[in-house]
Amino acid sequence: MSQIEINDVSVTFNQKGRDVKAVQDVSLKIEKGEIYGVVGLSGAGKSTLVRTINGLQRPTTGTVNVAGVDITHANKKILSETRKKIGFIFQNFNLINNRTVAQNIAFALTAGGYPEKQQPEKIDELLGRVGLQDRKDTYPTQLSGGQKQRVGIARALANDPEILLCDEATSALDLETAEEIITILKDINTRLNITIVFITHQLEVAKDLFDRVAVMENGRIVEQTTAYNLFARPQSDMATRLVNRFLTTQLPDDVIHWLANLPGRILTLKYQGDDSLNPIITEIARDTGVEISILQGRIEFIHNQAIGILSVFVTGEPEAVIRAITAFKTKVNSVEVTPK
Amino acid sequence: MNETLTILQQNLGQALWETFEMVFISGLIGVIFGTIIGLALYYFASPLFSPRPVVNTVVGFIINAIRSFPFLILMVVLIPFAKWVAGDPYTPMGGAVSLTVAAVPFFARLAEGAFAEIDQGVIEAARSTGASFWLIFQEVLFPEALPALIRGIVLTIISLIGYSAMVGTIGAGGIGNLAIQFGYNRYETGVLISVIIILVIIVQVIQWIGDRLAAHFTRA
Repeated sequence: MSQIEINDVSVTFNQKGRDVKAVQDVSLKIEKGEIYGVVGLSGAGKSTLVRTINGLQRPTTGTVNVAGVDITHANKKILSETRKKIGFIFQNFNLINNRTVAQNIAFALTAGGYPEKQQPEKIDELLGRVGLQDRKDTYPTQLSGGQKQRVGIARALANDPEILLCDEATSALDLETAEEIITILKDINTRLNITIVFITHQLEVAKDLFDRVAVMENGRIVEQTTAYNLFARPQSDMATRLVNRFLTTQLPDDVIHWLANLPGRILTLKYQGDDSLNPIITEIARDTGVEISILQGRIEFIHNQAIGILSVFVTGEPEAVIRAITAFKTKVNSVEVTPK
Repeated sequence: MNETLTILQQNLGQALWETFEMVFISGLIGVIFGTIIGLALYYFASPLFSPRPVVNTVVGFIINAIRSFPFLILMVVLIPFAKWVAGDPYTPMGGAVSLTVAAVPFFARLAEGAFAEIDQGVIEAARSTGASFWLIFQEVLFPEALPALIRGIVLTIISLIGYSAMVGTIGAGGIGNLAIQFGYNRYETGVLISVIIILVIIVQVIQWIGDRLAAHFTRA
């Protein structure tokens, strides 16, 4: 049995007499110890979905099983017990502003029934894990965003949870700080074997952190895949859009305008990064009689596997250009032709 | 002038004490019960806890009904009730009865607002730890609402001091009674002015203390 099983879950909100379907017929199985991502645009239903896992949101239909317990039909006591095994971190940190860092964590410990006498020691240990031992008696408003989120993580880990839910946990942070948080989460995942469910609209997070990922659109899961395949071979329209926005080496408008006046096409090639494209380019240029100039390129690493993206400009006889495009399509993962 | 001083010397201490008695009793009970009712209003309205729109509407209706009474009329209507509770309605204790009835719904609305203004996310975070409502109240709702509650208490006390002058006119005593009896009925303008100055000072001091306390409990 998987650690988290979401079966045919739908959540419908009634907003001003209108039914809004936030989540529709979602089924997911998340295994113990994995880092599972849910990506999608804002409003896709990600936040609502992740809240069904700890019962903050009750599904309208369907069931959610966490570690074998059906929490959809659980009573208050069982729900409360289950929540103690599930840490939750938020986009806006959600710390108690009028309580110190230590008191914020003590709250979660007390909620989990941790003996008061042993709390200070546990608080030190938790803050040590996120590198904030010296900020115990500080109030949250005196901390930076990244530090607040570390406190959020320490609080979420207070009751030695088996699952950590992260709702856009890095979205309010700058990229560098977000990476620090991701490093901490990865470390927690490997050291404590905690299952992490992370929802985000940031693909940067997906590439560094996720093992598997689900893509959500309008309340539905439109694709489930591994992090590498999401970038290398996105299947659904939504995934393709998200990935392209992240990976595309956007050429400056001036360059596109200038090239538009020349006979030829701009191609964006995506390929397995450890393959070299050089021979292929030479080969295709020779076989079809086109000229190929390289505009720009980059390589992204996803879980140590590389994906290369290369923008080229192909000029020559129109028929030769078409032949060249066809040839590229057989040699690389994907070819995108910039429309004229 | 001499007459004014004599009147003040003979009556001011007593009048101030009576006002204090009335305001203290009604303020204390008003804040305690107002907080409980305000918390209930919030609890039954918030989607994060246990929304019961019917309970919320009924309690809200009763509160609005009491609050829609002009205080003068509320005071007169409550004379029999004050008699039953305090024995003699024309004493500071009797006056405190109608002040209390006015203070409870007044503070209930302020308290409800103070709780409702707390960031929903913080409460959601607290709920996701599996904490009981009582723990959330102690550790989240109360500290986060405290500055707003203190400002509400200041507002309530100042309103009660004003109302207590009205209670004074029907014989419950206090500083308002002093101003009317001597300043108005006996044309002792000096007494009237003195009472006004004292009230201005009292209100300023209370406001200052309240602001300091509210700031002390705000870490934002």
